[in-house]
Amino acid sequence: KDTEPTLYTVKAVLILDNDGERLYAKYYDETYPTVKEQKAFEKNIFNKTHRTDSEIALLEGLTVVYKSNIDLYFYVIGSSHENELMLMSVLNCLFDSLSQMLRKNVERRALLENMEGLFLAVDEIVDGGVILESDPQQVVYRVALRGDDVPLTEQTVSQVIALLIYEKISYYLVNLTLTC
Amino acid sequence: MIKKFDKKDEESGSGSNPFQHLEKSAVLQEARIFNETPINPRRCLHILTKIIYLLNQGEHFGTMEATEAFFAMTRLFQSNDQTLRRMCYLTIKEMANISEDVIIVTSSLTKDMTGKEDVYRGPAIRALCRITDTTMLQAIERYMKQAIVDKVPSVSSSALVSSLHMVKMSYDVVKRWVNEAQEAASSDNIMVQYHALGLLYHLRKNDRLAVSKMLNKFTKSGLKSPFAYCMLIRIASKLLEETEAGHDSPLFDFIESCLRNKHEMVVYEAASAIVHMPNCTARELAPAVSVLQLFCSSPKAALRYAAVRTLNKVAMKHPSAVTACNLDLENLITDSNRSIATLAITTLLKTGSESSVDRLMKQISSFVSEISDEFKVVVVQAISALCQKYPRKHSVMMNFLSNMLRDDGGFEYKRAIVDCIISIIEENPESKETGLAHLCEFIEDCEHTVLATKILHLLGKEGPRTPSPSKYIRFIFNRVVLESEAVRAAAVSALAKFGAQNDDLLPSVLVLMQRCMMDSDDEVRDRATFYMNVLQQKQKALNAAYIFNVRLCLSVSVPGLEKSLHQYTLEPTEKPFDMKSVPLANTPITEQKTEFAPVATSKLPEKPGPTRQDIYQEQLAAIPEFQGLGSLFKTSEAVQLTEAETEYVVRCVKHTFARHMVFQFDCTNTLNDQLLQKVMVQMEPSEAYEVLHYVPAANLPYSQPGSCYSLVRLPEDDPTAVSCTFSCTLKYLVKDCDPNTGEPDDDGYDDEYVLEDLEVTVADHIQKVLKPNFAAAWDEVGDDFEKEETFALASVRTLDEAVGNIISFLGMQPCERSDKVPENKNSHILFLAGVFRGGHDVLVRSRLALADGVTMQVTVRSSDETVVDIILASVG
Repeated sequence: KDTEPTLYTVKAVLILDNDGERLYAKYYDETYPTVKEQKAFEKNIFNKTHRTDSEIALLEGLTVVYKSNIDLYFYVIGSSHENELMLMSVLNCLFDSLSQMLRKNVERRALLENMEGLFLAVDEIVDGGVILESDPQQVVYRVALRGDDVPLTEQTVSQVIALLIYEKISYYLVNLTLTC
Repeated sequence: MIKKFDKKDEESGSGSNPFQHLEKSAVLQEARIFNETPINPRRCLHILTKIIYLLNQGEHFGTMEATEAFFAMTRLFQSNDQTLRRMCYLTIKEMANISEDVIIVTSSLTKDMTGKEDVYRGPAIRALCRITDTTMLQAIERYMKQAIVDKVPSVSSSALVSSLHMVKMSYDVVKRWVNEAQEAASSDNIMVQYHALGLLYHLRKNDRLAVSKMLNKFTKSGLKSPFAYCMLIRIASKLLEETEAGHDSPLFDFIESCLRNKHEMVVYEAASAIVHMPNCTARELAPAVSVLQLFCSSPKAALRYAAVRTLNKVAMKHPSAVTACNLDLENLITDSNRSIATLAITTLLKTGSESSVDRLMKQISSFVSEISDEFKVVVVQAISALCQKYPRKHSVMMNFLSNMLRDDGGFEYKRAIVDCIISIIEENPESKETGLAHLCEFIEDCEHTVLATKILHLLGKEGPRTPSPSKYIRFIFNRVVLESEAVRAAAVSALAKFGAQNDDLLPSVLVLMQRCMMDSDDEVRDRATFYMNVLQQKQKALNAAYIFNVRLCLSVSVPGLEKSLHQYTLEPTEKPFDMKSVPLANTPITEQKTEFAPVATSKLPEKPGPTRQDIYQEQLAAIPEFQGLGSLFKTSEAVQLTEAETEYVVRCVKHTFARHMVFQFDCTNTLNDQLLQKVMVQMEPSEAYEVLHYVPAANLPYSQPGSCYSLVRLPEDDPTAVSCTFSCTLKYLVKDCDPNTGEPDDDGYDDEYVLEDLEVTVADHIQKVLKPNFAAAWDEVGDDFEKEETFALASVRTLDEAVGNIISFLGMQPCERSDKVPENKNSHILFLAGVFRGGHDVLVRSRLALADGVTMQVTVRSSDETVVDIILASVG
C-alpha cells in the first residue's frame, strides 16, 4: 500500500431511491468534483448493484459497501485500499440510526418526511470524510429529535385513527349524557 | 416528472416526494419568514431543510442569493429550538463556500461551543472551524484547547477532528495543541482515542523518531478502540517499510499480535498489513493466511470479500501459501456475490492444479457477463498467469478469451484480453494461427485505434511466416478501406511485410499498394509510395533494412538524435548526417511482454523520457576533459568495487565511446568523522590501454555520494584487444572532522584504499539491438565476413544455463524469443543481434546441442571482418 495512514476513510455517503434517483449524497473529496460526474457515478453504481443484494463491490476503482431496504439504497464509498469492515461499520451505523429514528420504517416516504433527521445523523457519523461516531445509540442521542414536538406527519396512522375514534366516542358519550 | 402521477407508484403507497418540485427561487422567497417575529420554529426548520435538500441535489446558488439567505438564517439563533439550531449549523457548513461574510456567526458559534448545552457544543465546534481561517483560529485557540480535553466525548471528538481538518491550513497553530491531543488519547471513549491518535500522527508524521516513540507508547499501553488499532497497524507497517527494519522488529510483533484481537476489523487490518509487506516469507505469512481462511466462511459478505481479495494478492506472489485455503475458496465459487466468486476462482486458478483449470473456467464463464469490468480484468490477468504456468492449456484459454473479446466491455478490459492473447501466441508457437484468427475477427469491429494498430503490427510480423499468409491479406485490406488514418497507415505497413516476405503474394500486394497511394491521408499515401518503391526493387537486403528491421527509427535514443542533429546544424559541413553517430537507446525495445497493472489502477502508457544513458551523456558532456569524445556508445550497469559494509563504498559505471572509455566511480564515505578531498581512482591496465586523464572529486563529505572519473584510450593498433583488467586504488586526502558539526581540521594526510579489480569485456563494446525479423537481418548483413567455429562448454549442464551465459557474456540482444529454451529439448538455436563500437552490425547464430556437456556451433556475421574475429576470439 502506498497510502499514508490517515483518518480520512469515507469518500462518499449516498442514498438513492428505487429509480436510482439521488435522495441524499455527500462527497467528501475531489474524486467526483462536478455534479455531472457525481450523477454519472451514482447511475453506474445503481445499475451495478440494485439487482443483487450482495453488500459489497468494486466499482470505478473504489470499494462500495451497500444495503437496500424496501425502496431505499444506502451506499458508503471508500478507496480500494480501505479496510472494508470500517466502511461497513459506517454503513451499519447510518442504517441503524435511521431505523431507530424512523421507528423501523426505513422507507422512502418516511425518510423524506424526516430529511432534517437524516441530515443531522450523517453529520454526526462522518465529518469531512473522518468517521466521527460508529455507535447508532450515540448518533440518535446526539441528533436529539425531541419526541414531544413530533409533527403530525410523524404520528402513525393508527395513532390518528385512535384519536378520531376517541373523539367520536366522547361525542356519543356527551350526546348520551345530554339525552339522559 | 411523470413519475409523480405514476399509478403504480401510488398503489405501492410509497407516495410522492414532497421535495420533488422544489423551486430554488420559491424556497428563497419563503426564507423571508426568518425575519418575522416571533420565530415559528417548525416552519423555519422546514425551509432550512428544503435549502439543504436543494444544495444536496447539486442545485447552484449564486453568491448574492446565498448571502441573503445566510444572513436571514443568522436571525434564527434567537430561537432556542434545538433541532432548528442544529439545522442552522448545517446550513452554515453547507454555505461556508458559497455565501460571503460567513464569519458573522463566529460569536454565536463560540457562545454555543462554550455554553451549557452539550448537544450544541460538538456541532458548534465543527461549524465554527469550517468558517475559521488561520488568523481567526488564534482567537479561538484557548477554547479549542479546552474542547480537546473536554470530558464530553462528542465535544472532544469534534474538536480533534476539526483540528485535523485545520492542520492543512494552519499547521503551526494546531501543532501547539499536541499536549492536549496527547491527553485526549488516553480517554476511555473509543472514538476520542481514535481521533486523538489520528491528529497526533498527522502532526508528527515527518518526525520518524517521534512516530516511533508514539507507537511504542500506544502498542504497550494497549487501546480500547478497534479504529485506533487499525490506525496503529497502518502507522507501524509504514514505519517498518520506511526503516526497512527486519521482521524481528517489535513493530512486526505488534502487528502479528493484532491477529489475535477480538475485533474482526483489527484482525483483518493486521492480516492485510502483513500480506502487503515486501519480502515476507511463507512462514511469516502463514498466521495471516490462516485468519483470512477463517473469514472465508463468515456470514458477512464484506468480510468474505475482504478475505478473498487479500488471499488473491497473496496468491500472486506466494501461491503455495494459499493452497491450504483451496477448500474454503472452492466453497466461495458459487457465492451469490459475484465479486467474491470471481476473486475465489481467480485465486484458485493461481494456486490449483492443472486438472482443475477446465472446471474453473467453465464455472466462471457461466457468470462472466454479470461482473464489472474491474473484475473481468482480474479474470484476464489470472488467465494470463495461468497460460505461463500451464502452456498446454492454451487452447482452453484461447477459446475463453475469444468469447470474452466478443462481449461488451471498456478499453482497459479489451486491452487486457488482446495483450493476453498476444503473449499466448508468443509463448506457444502452435497457438499462433488460432490466436491470429481471433484477433483478425476482433479488428473487424474494433472501436479502439490503439488496439487495432497493435494487432495490425502483430499481423505484419507474424502473418507472413504462417503456412497460409494469404488469408490475412483480406482482413488487413479491409482496414485500409474502412478505418481511421492511423489504422489505415498501420495496415499499409503490415501489407508491405507480406509483400516483402512472400514472393507469390507480391504482385497482389503491389496492386493493393497502388490503391493505397490514392488515399486521402498524407501519412497513408507516403507509406504506400515508400513501400511500393522498395518492394519493386525485389532486393532482400533492401526489404530487410526498410521493411522488417527499421533499425534507425526504432532503436536510437530520441533525445540523443535531437542532440546530434542540433550539433550537426551548428557545424557547417559537406558530409551528410550519419545516423550511426547517434547513440542507440540503451534498453532496446523488449519484445512484447504483458505486464499488468495492479487491479483498479488504470495505467496509462508511459511517455518515453530520457533513458539512463541520456542522463549520463548529459553529465559527461558537462566535464571539459571529456569534450570531443563523440557520442556515448554504451553505458554498463554499475559494478561494485567494494564490499557492502566498508568504510568507503565504490561502484563503477563504464561508459564506452568510439575510441575511448570513461570510468565513472561513484564513491560514498561512510565515516562520519572524516572528510575526503581530491578523491580519485588510480588504474593500472593489464593491456595496451592508456590512462589519459583523472578527474578527481574535490570533496567527499560523510554520506554524500560523489563521483570521480578516469579517461582511458582504447588501443588503436590492436583492435582485437577488447578485454582488459584494471587494478584500482582509491587515493585521497583525509581530513578528520567533528562527527556532529562536520567541521574539518585544517590539516590532512594522504591515504589510499585498495579496490577490487575492474574488468572490461567484449560486452562493453557491443550495444544490444532488437531485430524483429532475424532471418531478414541475417540476409541483409550477408556472408561476406561470415565465420564459424565449434566450442565445447564442458562445465555447463543445461541449455538454459548455456543460453544465459552466452547472452550475458556477449551482451547482445536475443531475437525471435530464442532466449527461451523449450522444455524437454536437447538442441536449440539462439539468435543474437547487436552493434559493435564504431557502428558495425553484428549477428550471432549459435546452435546448441546437449550431450554430456553443451556443444556450441557459433556463426558470426558482420559488416566488418575485425568484429567477427573479435567475437570468435573472445568466445574461445
